[in-house]
Amino acid sequence: MTATLDLRASLHGLPGVDKVGVEARAAALATRSVKTTAKAAAIDLAIRMVDLTTLEGADTPGKVRALAAKALRPDPADPTCPHVGAVCVYPAMVPYVAEVLAGSGVHLASVATAFPSGQAPLDVKLADTRDAVAAGADEIDMVISRGAFLAGRYDHVFEEIVAVKEACGDAHLKVILETGELATYDNVRRASWLAMLAGADFIKTSTGKVPVAATLPVTLVMLEAVRDFRARTGRQVGVKPAGGIKTTKDAIKYLVMINETVGDDWLDPAWFRFGASSLLNDLLMQRTKLTTGHYAGPDYFTLD
Amino acid sequence: MKAADTAWRHTLAKKPPAVTAPAAPVRLGVRKTYKLFIGGKFPRSESGRTYLVNGDNVALASRKDARDAVVAARAAQPKWAGATAYNRGQVLYRIAEMLESRRDEFAAQGVPVAEVEAAVDRWVWYAGWADKIAQVHGGANPVAGPFFNISAPEPTGVVAVVAPASFLGLVSVIAPAIVTGNTVVVLAAGPQAAVTLAEVIATSDVPGGVVNILTGNAAETAPWLASHDDVNAIDLAGVTDLELATELERAAAGNLKRVLRPGDPENDFTADPGLKPMVALLETKTVWHPKGF
Repeated sequence: MTATLDLRASLHGLPGVDKVGVEARAAALATRSVKTTAKAAAIDLAIRMVDLTTLEGADTPGKVRALAAKALRPDPADPTCPHVGAVCVYPAMVPYVAEVLAGSGVHLASVATAFPSGQAPLDVKLADTRDAVAAGADEIDMVISRGAFLAGRYDHVFEEIVAVKEACGDAHLKVILETGELATYDNVRRASWLAMLAGADFIKTSTGKVPVAATLPVTLVMLEAVRDFRARTGRQVGVKPAGGIKTTKDAIKYLVMINETVGDDWLDPAWFRFGASSLLNDLLMQRTKLTTGHYAGPDYFTLD
Repeated sequence: MKAADTAWRHTLAKKPPAVTAPAAPVRLGVRKTYKLFIGGKFPRSESGRTYLVNGDNVALASRKDARDAVVAARAAQPKWAGATAYNRGQVLYRIAEMLESRRDEFAAQGVPVAEVEAAVDRWVWYAGWADKIAQVHGGANPVAGPFFNISAPEPTGVVAVVAPASFLGLVSVIAPAIVTGNTVVVLAAGPQAAVTLAEVIATSDVPGGVVNILTGNAAETAPWLASHDDVNAIDLAGVTDLELATELERAAAGNLKRVLRPGDPENDFTADPGLKPMVALLETKTVWHPKGF
């Protein structure tokens, strides 16, 4: 009981988020112009940060194998193009991807814990997680119980994250806050701290399954949270915006925001990822434009 | 519509009317900035540049405007090609109607009345071809097997056009491209008449993005369109510099674009164009359909 009160007290003791201020700050950072060699470097970094994702009911072994092959060699026409950060699939598809990625350095992420709603009993969620890790996933993307969080049962959410973290074993744990359902920036800040206190290795914005996904202001609030958390505890936590990031321009805005908010330490695929699928093709088209000097077209990149 | 001598500098230089006379108020003319036509809208150039043509301010398109126009044309293409041929014919006929009603405007810009009338007739002529080209250019093929074999013409996609200087020439390169379901990015030579044509097209039920018109220096923007991987064909009808034409052809070879080479500079657009301008921008799809036995 005291533990519950402590958690509630510390989460509600966090300073409130200035909504207008954070939106203005995010909008101001989005106006930077990144060109030529800096742009080329940004595009390559963004490619290395992509979690190439397919989370469809219609995913087949063939489709995820093709996606994994693309993760290894995103641009078959250019051997200097780096590989992506990870492939992200449903647990049932993990074995097929693991075959392709074995020994490549590309991570294999899997969503677990009754993704995307998180509305399932804890033992089902834990079994889901253990299955995914056993099948070869080295990163687990879990969803928090938004219902419990919004009802104020922070201890329930906290204990769930702790239990899933334990079930993960050596695998990295990314905790999806589903910010589109949290309603306020204050809640985003509280949920970020809650997840980090419970042992998350990454905090992630969204499942991509609700209309409002990653936005710049939400990501800014989360970046501030990981920065303050490291200052307080010494432990560094990664951030992953997911959903709705479709263009190179968007991706570069996020990179600028990292650099200005938390600094170079997070400008690395180990600490920042983009959850995306269509973003990669746009990055490749922009990359081709820079290397060849003429505009690229979508006909020359795979559909996935 | 405005006379050539009402440039704003000129107007400002005039002395204001005497203060004492409260007579008839002097009306200030509304001057027009000639803008680009991209995706059904009339934006200024992304670069913010303009240039003067006969005292008018005209937007000077940059490579990024060309890029935006290709995006708009690509987005509009499947729906335009998917519209029924009858519908496309109706839309082209509507362009002819609107052009007819704006004849005076073109005349004021120095386009001879006979040329505007010929342009109206040209739109009507192509409108009629919309639902007939497949009959003439496609058909059933006899094959030695149990197949029903048909060849059907399909639009090639996004077509970049370096338009010739004359107004009739401009219409004669746009109409054959769009009537079959292509979308176009046009680099226009005579900017005022071209933008006025864009206004005609914008009020004729042509979906946004089917025709995009850029004004400015074709030698600057054309190479970007020629090398663009998302452009399927380029018509060099208006290129007069043969060295530039060769350079554009070379750039277009990069993604195996279809190239229509510049014609005779004395090209007579008043002659019957025949089917060639339409057929040149069509792909033939042949289908082998098994006959059930």
